[in-house]
Amino acid sequence: MDIEEYIASGILELYVAGSLTEEENSEVYLNAKQYPRIMEEILAIEASILALSRATVPSYQRLKGFDDIKVRIGQRKDTTVVKMSRKKTNWAAYTGWAAAILFAAGFYWFYTESTHLQNQMDLADKENQVLEQQIFDAKNSLANANQLLETIRDKDINVIPLGGQDVSPTSYARVYWNKEEQKVLIDAQGLPEPPAGMVYQVWSLKLSPLTPTSIGLLDDFMADNNKIFALANPNESEAFGITLEPEGGSETPTMEKLYTLGTVASS
Amino acid sequence: MDLDSLIKRFQKKDIIAFERLYEMYWENICGVVYTIVQNKNLAEEIAQDVFTKIWNNSESYNPRKGRFFTWILNIARNAAIDEVRSKSFKNQKKNLSTDYFVGMLEQEDITNSTLDTSGLKKMLANLTEKCVQIINLLYFKGYTQLAASKELDIPLGTVKTRNRNCISQLRENITLKWI
Repeated sequence: MDIEEYIASGILELYVAGSLTEEENSEVYLNAKQYPRIMEEILAIEASILALSRATVPSYQRLKGFDDIKVRIGQRKDTTVVKMSRKKTNWAAYTGWAAAILFAAGFYWFYTESTHLQNQMDLADKENQVLEQQIFDAKNSLANANQLLETIRDKDINVIPLGGQDVSPTSYARVYWNKEEQKVLIDAQGLPEPPAGMVYQVWSLKLSPLTPTSIGLLDDFMADNNKIFALANPNESEAFGITLEPEGGSETPTMEKLYTLGTVASS
Repeated sequence: MDLDSLIKRFQKKDIIAFERLYEMYWENICGVVYTIVQNKNLAEEIAQDVFTKIWNNSESYNPRKGRFFTWILNIARNAAIDEVRSKSFKNQKKNLSTDYFVGMLEQEDITNSTLDTSGLKKMLANLTEKCVQIINLLYFKGYTQLAASKELDIPLGTVKTRNRNCISQLRENITLKWI
């Protein structure tokens, strides 16, 4: 091998630049080992590149040094204490953050749980109110029913069944009349729903001659659940009749719209 | 202690040997990185990263594959190029001249405080522009022979011989400087 020719080819300059293939690098390495002249040339080329690259460094005071490298690679022995305290600080910080996160999570959990419970309590309160109202209503209703029962069981009560007439043969009603107290209860459950704009009117009748006297209207017929209506009756009635009249009632009964009629049994 | 045994001790994680190598090559590495990133603080930071990297990967250096300096030079160039391509670097809207190394030499203003180019100028005195270009590509930018031949639009063999001539001229300048 012609060493000078090999050197003159420029391969060693490329070797230093790192521009050769792995195979070529290996070849140059072996040649350099074998021929000191080649190694010498490589060192000279490298020296020139080192000088050139050193000239490109910014001219200023180096801020960091090998101590910084030691810290980076965890080999700075003279700062063991500092390193440990740094580690401790980190743990404290991590623990602090972990505690803070746990606390925040716990707080959030308690907050949502408490809100949830508050909502449930509010709901229960409302349910209680509804139940109380229902109990109150039921008690009222029971009291009313008891009162009603008492009234119709009264020994002085006169029960007059009213039968269906031509207009509505299936209709019926019942009059509970307390002569002493001059009161009547009309049980109108057997009457159909009155058409809009019409109202049932109750009449007390004298039979000879036939004299009708209005004792009242069954107002709010649909809204009344038990269809029992209390009316005053100061008359010496011999019969009762119920007619359908325009809203507000009439002076005299419309006989074509007589729904039910019944006479008081002579006692 | 000769360089070879220093490198061997370094590869066995000898921190003293590592420090010697650090002092030996720090300026070169920082300088090469500086020609690429053009920011002295960033160049120093990357140089520290490069030395940290070579310590952590010291076992991967193989003398058969090239010179030790060539190995760390390559790592430094790649680190600098990675930085220049990074988003954070681009976000700083650096308007870098692609031929900064060449550009530096053309600066007539020697009052430039960051870099005293006079030493560099003396070294590259009487080198042709073609020489400066090829040295820049091969040593500072890490182009392969093939890539350099394409970039300069010259035959592959010409890269080798032209570079040889240019480096010879450089060596002469340096020798003269020391005399």
